Amino acid sequence: MKLRQLALAATVAAAGLSSALLPSVATAQAKDQFFPVLVYRTGAYAPNGVPWANGYVDYLKLTNARGGVNGVKISFEECETGYATDRGVECYERLKGKGATVIQPLATGITFALTEKAPIDKIPLITAGYGRSESQDGGVFKWNFPLAGTYWIAGDIIIQDIAKKNGGFDKLKGKHIALVYHDSPFGKEAIPILQERANTHGFKLTLLPVTAPGVEQKSTWLQIRQQRPDYVINWGWGVMNSTLLKEAQATGYPRDKIYGVWWAGAEPDVKDVGEGAKGYNAITMQHGAEPNAAFVKEVLEKVHGKGQGTGPKDEVGTVLYVRGAMSAMMAVEGMRRAQERFGKGKVITGEQMRWGLENLDLSQAKLDALGFKGVMRPISTSCQDHVGSAWGRIHTWNGSKWEFTSDWYQADEMIIKPMVKAAADKYAAEKKLTRRTPADCQS
Amino acid sequence: MFYRENGQFKTSYRADQQIFPITQDRLAILAIVAIAALVVPFLVDEYLFRAILIPFLILSLAALGVNILVGYCGQISLGSGAFMAVGAYMAYNTYIRVEGMPLIVALLSGGFFATLVGMFFGIPSLRVKGLYLAVATLAAQFFCDWAFLRVGWFTNNNASGSVSVSDLSVLGWRIDTPMDKYWFCLGFLVVFGLLAKNLVRSAIGREWMAIRDMDVAAAVIGIRPMYAKLSAFAVSSFIVGVAGGLWGFVHLGAWEPAAFSIDRSFQLLFMVIIGGMGSIMGSFFGAAFIVVLPIFLNQALPALGALLGLEISTATVSHAEYMIFGALIVWFLIVEPHGLAKLWSIGKQKLRLWPFPH
Repeated sequence: MKLRQLALAATVAAAGLSSALLPSVATAQAKDQFFPVLVYRTGAYAPNGVPWANGYVDYLKLTNARGGVNGVKISFEECETGYATDRGVECYERLKGKGATVIQPLATGITFALTEKAPIDKIPLITAGYGRSESQDGGVFKWNFPLAGTYWIAGDIIIQDIAKKNGGFDKLKGKHIALVYHDSPFGKEAIPILQERANTHGFKLTLLPVTAPGVEQKSTWLQIRQQRPDYVINWGWGVMNSTLLKEAQATGYPRDKIYGVWWAGAEPDVKDVGEGAKGYNAITMQHGAEPNAAFVKEVLEKVHGKGQGTGPKDEVGTVLYVRGAMSAMMAVEGMRRAQERFGKGKVITGEQMRWGLENLDLSQAKLDALGFKGVMRPISTSCQDHVGSAWGRIHTWNGSKWEFTSDWYQADEMIIKPMVKAAADKYAAEKKLTRRTPADCQS
Repeated sequence: MFYRENGQFKTSYRADQQIFPITQDRLAILAIVAIAALVVPFLVDEYLFRAILIPFLILSLAALGVNILVGYCGQISLGSGAFMAVGAYMAYNTYIRVEGMPLIVALLSGGFFATLVGMFFGIPSLRVKGLYLAVATLAAQFFCDWAFLRVGWFTNNNASGSVSVSDLSVLGWRIDTPMDKYWFCLGFLVVFGLLAKNLVRSAIGREWMAIRDMDVAAAVIGIRPMYAKLSAFAVSSFIVGVAGGLWGFVHLGAWEPAAFSIDRSFQLLFMVIIGGMGSIMGSFFGAAFIVVLPIFLNQALPALGALLGLEISTATVSHAEYMIFGALIVWFLIVEPHGLAKLWSIGKQKLRLWPFPH
């Protein structure tokens, strides 16, 4: 009897599922451009994942409220990855089938896995500010777009700021910098650029890995207490960041000598530490907390004002919220650019989207019109250059909010370009790929 | 009525010793393999292939390996994720370091190195048992996590520690469409499944089971505990290692040590416990339960909510998925402590008597 009931229940459930799934697939394939949204709203990284996801979805809703892109509305669906690679791949496959034309994986591990799948499926990958740094070389990574910054650019700018505070690069000689990093591909991305800079300027670099998720840092801080580095760079994520700041406080390490990567420079990282994090610096990939930006006000008016907001209203305009919105904006603008060439008011394909992203030209005037005035600098991509803009600035936590404390820096192309080329060539050799020809760039 | 071995007389030792002595079983297995290989690929779409079927096949293979150790030999191991990692990374290294290395040989070499590591970490099993052994095998997990994160050689000195492979092919057969990948994994699973089935009913399999049931008594009747335990570790790690190689090469394409974390070890152990310890069939049930159910819940809950006119947020779905999944595990263990395979065998028993149960 039991078996029969089980079988019956399973059949009923399966039938219910398939009938329920069919309509949702059908609506996605109507005259809407479908945007998959890979997020993590649960797990160890949720405090940072949630505002990003809210910003991303709110911007898509805002685009629809503005009338879509030349009349084409945007539909979207969220999928929870929990920052796990295998669940991320499952999400990708699920949403790909619903007509995805661009994907933002939001995790370095998933980015690596999808980099192998993107050229086959012909779906471009936007990894705004994260992912693999060498993928800014469009000659090898045809389908990857680390728009507006990579980890190497971030690491380079942090060293530039330290040099500036010390009065020039020549003053870095003999200094000691410790890199405390999340022990994963994400954390290790910083190492090559810092080593390159260390060799050039003669400062000592100590690498201190922290096992994921990063709540256990006692031994790391014991080493910092013993070695007393002049600066600590925090390449952390999620719960690791607030733990690091609490440990720094307990150790008595000056917070204004700590620099965080942009994943470690948002409100959830410092809120719990409050005053204890005062003086802590973090690199921003262009924007910080932007409560006064025009698009934020527009979101509050057109999305939250209509009761359609995602997440709490008072988080609109926080650092990671803006990050999510900016990531969505670049994808939407890629779509708009593709429409300019392949037909306005049409739903575009993945290949057309790729062209749009490769020929993205977000001038200051366009950014101002979109409500991003003062939030970011213009972005212009090309066949060889998939990053579009290598600028960033430093912001500092003053105990209650993030404030910019530096001017704009541009990452040193002379250093990053050869590194990117070498890493991309190595990848191409491993994969037996050839560089794209100029003819391929025209397509 | 249909499932009865009456009248099937064996006239030779050979016939008596075949893997599936009952004709219906033999036909059923043949039919299942034929359907899996020839019918299923033409019915399912790409999503089912890449997100469900391929992970299911690979993890079934891994669960099969773990079942040999845990279910047949009674040695609880929490190092299975590590053995998968060894298989994946060593297959990667042989694949890229040796020019012209055939894919299958690379994968098998991954299994070979996993065997060595598995036997090494199996040595404590000669002295410690049960939960203590589980803790000892945890060492394998932590050691491998450490080695693959820290030792640059394993990842070919990639800056990020993540490795990737592509352009897989076997004797000119390029494995890039989901269907090819499915067939490739299915081939491994069928071969290893039959080998394992045959192995557990051979002398060595009986030794394992004797050790599992009572090791002192087994030693008294002349079974060498060291040989039996280490051979179980060896066979188990080999299969798990090959599964690890497939997981990295075929399913993910690019991976990092986190893909084979302690969570994976627990997941494999749960597959064996839920599926049924000491049952080849149970490995498949367990893998299906653990792989498919969360994904099913994740998609069914929003759909169910939509039917009722509710919009369920992504976070709620994810939380509910964990809760329902956990509750189902507990429920299954209470209702059927011997795993899903037991339900299967009860079903077979019933079928024998049908339609005239006494």
